[in-house]
Amino acid sequence: MTETAPKTLEKLLSSKGLEQAAVWVKKYPEERKRAAIIPIMTIVQEELGYLTQESMDAVADYLSCPKIAAYEVASFYSMFRLKEAGKYVISLCTNVSCMLAGSGDIKQWFQDELGIAPGETTSDGKFTLKEVECMAACGGAPMLEVDKQYHENLTVDKVAHLIHELK
Amino acid sequence: MVSIEIDGKKIEAEQGAMIIEVADANGITIPRFCYHKKLSIAANCRMCLVEVDGVKKPLPACATPISDGMVVKTQSDFAQESQKSVMEFLLINHPLDCPICDQGGECELQDVALEYGNDVSRFSEKKRAVVDEDLGPLIETEMTRCIHCTRCVRFGREVAGIRELGAVGRGEHMEISTFIEQSVDSEVSGNIIDLCPVGALTDKPSRYQARSWEMTQRDSVSPHDCIGANLHVHTLRNRVIRVVPKDNEAVNEVWLADRDRYSHQALDKSERLLKPMMRQNGADWKEVDWETALERTASKLNMISQTDGADQVAAIAHPSSTTEEMYLLQKVMRGLGSNNIDHRLRVTDFAWQKFEPLHPELGVELSDLENLDACLLIGANLRKEQPLASLRVRKATRYGDIASIGLYPVYHNFDVKHEIITDAETWLVQLAAIAKYLYENQAASDKEHWADAMDLEGLETLIAPINVQEEHREVAGMLLQADKASIILGASALEFSYAGHIRLLAKAIANLSGSSYGFFPHGGNSVGAYLAGAIPHRGPAGADVEQNGQHIKDLFEQNKKSYVLLKTEPGKESVIAEEARRSLAQADFVVALTCHADDEAFEYADIVLPVASFLETSGSYVNVNGLWQDFAAVVSAPGEAKPAWKVLRVLGNLLNLKNFDYVSAEDVRKEVKGRLSAVGDRIKPKWQCPETLPRDGFAPRPVNMYQIDGWLRRAPSLQQTALAQGREILKRPRLSPFHNIVGGV
Repeated sequence: MTETAPKTLEKLLSSKGLEQAAVWVKKYPEERKRAAIIPIMTIVQEELGYLTQESMDAVADYLSCPKIAAYEVASFYSMFRLKEAGKYVISLCTNVSCMLAGSGDIKQWFQDELGIAPGETTSDGKFTLKEVECMAACGGAPMLEVDKQYHENLTVDKVAHLIHELK
Repeated sequence: MVSIEIDGKKIEAEQGAMIIEVADANGITIPRFCYHKKLSIAANCRMCLVEVDGVKKPLPACATPISDGMVVKTQSDFAQESQKSVMEFLLINHPLDCPICDQGGECELQDVALEYGNDVSRFSEKKRAVVDEDLGPLIETEMTRCIHCTRCVRFGREVAGIRELGAVGRGEHMEISTFIEQSVDSEVSGNIIDLCPVGALTDKPSRYQARSWEMTQRDSVSPHDCIGANLHVHTLRNRVIRVVPKDNEAVNEVWLADRDRYSHQALDKSERLLKPMMRQNGADWKEVDWETALERTASKLNMISQTDGADQVAAIAHPSSTTEEMYLLQKVMRGLGSNNIDHRLRVTDFAWQKFEPLHPELGVELSDLENLDACLLIGANLRKEQPLASLRVRKATRYGDIASIGLYPVYHNFDVKHEIITDAETWLVQLAAIAKYLYENQAASDKEHWADAMDLEGLETLIAPINVQEEHREVAGMLLQADKASIILGASALEFSYAGHIRLLAKAIANLSGSSYGFFPHGGNSVGAYLAGAIPHRGPAGADVEQNGQHIKDLFEQNKKSYVLLKTEPGKESVIAEEARRSLAQADFVVALTCHADDEAFEYADIVLPVASFLETSGSYVNVNGLWQDFAAVVSAPGEAKPAWKVLRVLGNLLNLKNFDYVSAEDVRKEVKGRLSAVGDRIKPKWQCPETLPRDGFAPRPVNMYQIDGWLRRAPSLQQTALAQGREILKRPRLSPFHNIVGGV
């Protein structure tokens, strides 16, 4: 493998994103700065949609840690996406409370109406469905999250309405 | 010290030690997979669960520090039940392919399962399968067998300092992987094969060639660097199957460099010379018997030394030849009346050779490298020159600082605090500047103290015009502050055309800062070569010679009539390869004692004599600490090849030289050692001050670490590695030793 010039984080992120990243790095001692890897990869994911090998390498270089360490973190946490996702990523909880309150019907609705099972993306690239564990909103089960917004006490109709609005 | 009890045995142990360490030290066996004495504690396999009185849960013995009065039970029902449960979990996903697994028979999982496993699995679901990794030509993988102990990951992070493997994914989907398609390029990568407790990582070149219980284990010593790593060589039906490390804390700890491990492949390479061969009237090569070949050699050498003068006969030995071979070679040469013998294939500056000590030395014990507070590396690329020493220096970076000064940026596997990249023109000046700062910042009383050992007036004049820069102050300051500091020279310092100046300046820096001084010479047995007298300016054990022979540079530049080559191919090894090839080509008579002969050898040689390689002869190597390590042949040499010491002995007899009736290599060794004790430490090198700091220095191109001797050049697997082909990923992030050694993420 020859050394090509890989993109640095400075080239990948907006100036605002870089500012945020710098804030995170400052929170930790210099020799422990890799602790900022999760928030910084979150910033990268927010700006670029998902994590590529290039962007993970850039984060690793930015934090002076081995590249494999970045891959480990990114592959460990399900909140990090390693593949391109739809415009809206819908996190549907199917944990105990939501399951008892009918999340299964909602999951089925996505399959019937949008043709996507958990982990899949609609052909128009709009929606990605993710099945997630408890998001600490059992009081409002069943629930889903999209765009950092919780939607609770769902019914199939409510979901249909929500998706229609997002479209 | 606290006292604890393990399985009813009362034991005194150091406070803070882990239960498993105390148990190991007292011969109590606790099963384990992830724990390894040379690695950080991970406590992720849970196999070492034990019962501790007063604690309701089982505790991992590897991660539980002892405390006074602790009562540990490793065999109680509770402990055994815990261990059996863990075993059951570990076996859930482990495949039952032991019959075709190379690890079978020497597998830690197999052994522990025999003791703690159930006969029948309760797991009826599907086992998981993992896609294989391609880690390069040295390591075979079968990742489905992996039990995620993470020893290989920790080895990369903590010991090798180059982290290539990681644990990717989580839970059931966790895999040990490089994540991206990439080979493992570390120069010590083979060690993860030994570390792997199961058959996930196995030796690739020897795959499926033998079962562990069929092989015989014999000991030997590695010839590739002057560490002298101890080897366990595994053979089957007179063939070397593989090489693994033999533990020796003072030398190689429990590790081997890849070149120590895989060079045995060259033993049965097709270029191997099997019969003596002789050139007939010009060009035709013909196989002959030993008698003919040796008689012809003897008469030719005799004739040339009588008609053209003994100084027309030259001998070159490879520094990886055994001490005995080099001793006999010099004895033959000096018997003929010639001191023209040398082994310093990669040295260019011989001006200061008379001030050299008895033999090259490191000045610090190898095992002490890890305790240094400060270390100044001069022209050393330790990772590639002395991989195992590099691992030790890396350990020193936990508490100590490393500075490096050299001609090109080096990607060390440890953090370098002060790095000075210089050019050939100013290298000497930079060193002198460090010396100057040290000299000017010492009390007058100290200066008197050195007056005996050093020429202070000369030094003062030499350093007077030099400007000391901030970087020199930093390096000097680092050395002054340290209790235990060391100055170490590497290959490019020794190959430099003013290597003598560098050595003197480095010695001055060492004296002025109270550091130890030494260097790593080329090859595996340069120390042995000095002791045996395979140098033109001194006889065995440093004895005086009547008239200095010519050094290797002169031998190649002033064409000689005849050359005797011992295990060397100067055209590929010499620092002046062009001159070497030319002078060999023009010579009337060249005899090569060699393991392999290629077209180039047939081009220049007149007689080629097949000799045994390092695993096929008995002999000894002396390492850089002056440690003699002798070994016996592990397998017999192929064809008609004979140990070189026997060939040289017969040659000595045929030349009618006196005292050439050795029966074994041990006889020869005894003679060398006897001469050593007779001479004692007669040679006390005196420090000489160089008069000037020349600026026209020249540094030869460094040689690839897998090109330094004939065996490495012919080890196919090594030649396929990224390191051999110069395409390893050079740039490593600067890793802080802080979070890379003490565990953590």
